[in-house]
Amino acid sequence: MLEYILAKYNYWIYVVLMMIGLYAMMGKRNLVKKLIGMNIFQTSIILFFVSMGVKKGGATVPILMGDSHGHGEQLIQVADYLNPLPHVLMLTAIVVSIATTGVALATLILIYKRYHTLEEDEILAIRKEASAYKTLGT
Amino acid sequence: MIRQLDLILLIFIVICAIAAINIKDLMSAVIILGAYGFFMCLLWTEMGAVDVAFTEASVGAGIGTVLFIAAINKTSRRSKD
Repeated sequence: MLEYILAKYNYWIYVVLMMIGLYAMMGKRNLVKKLIGMNIFQTSIILFFVSMGVKKGGATVPILMGDSHGHGEQLIQVADYLNPLPHVLMLTAIVVSIATTGVALATLILIYKRYHTLEEDEILAIRKEASAYKTLGT
Repeated sequence: MIRQLDLILLIFIVICAIAAINIKDLMSAVIILGAYGFFMCLLWTEMGAVDVAFTEASVGAGIGTVLFIAAINKTSRRSKD
């Protein structure tokens, strides 16, 4: 049992990182802290996919060795190369994550211009106060 | 994949993640997040995912940190938790 847990230690660390990100998104009140937690969450998922492509036993980067025209002597063994499919998928995920971070930071600047704070509870208190004034007025 | 190097890098990554969400000064938290990204790059290079590693180093850790610092300069630097 212990050996089974230790053999997949990458996956356990990935679960730990994902829980740290989830805690920061749910438990922290500052909006920038929530964004940092979202970044950690995304990176942990990328780590999971990349560690799925790893092969033990001397597998290298998927660049074809030998004759480039395909009539070399040696046969191409799949076990000699890492699985490149998760890597290619995760390239897209990194670019999408930086795009979401940029949009989120622009929204944070707009929120700060309107409420002059980035703490979630203060923003909620200001909104509650404003809506109370509105109902009092009408 | 070297097991000892792998474990050391993973421990550094977890320490950086915990530090980034616990520090009250937002600028320090963002810089530690950048360090976390570069440790992640080292881990991926060591796992053989070289293309993912350099994309993360330039786009994730590089441009991401610059965007965060620009946004923090425009807003407030202090955080309550």
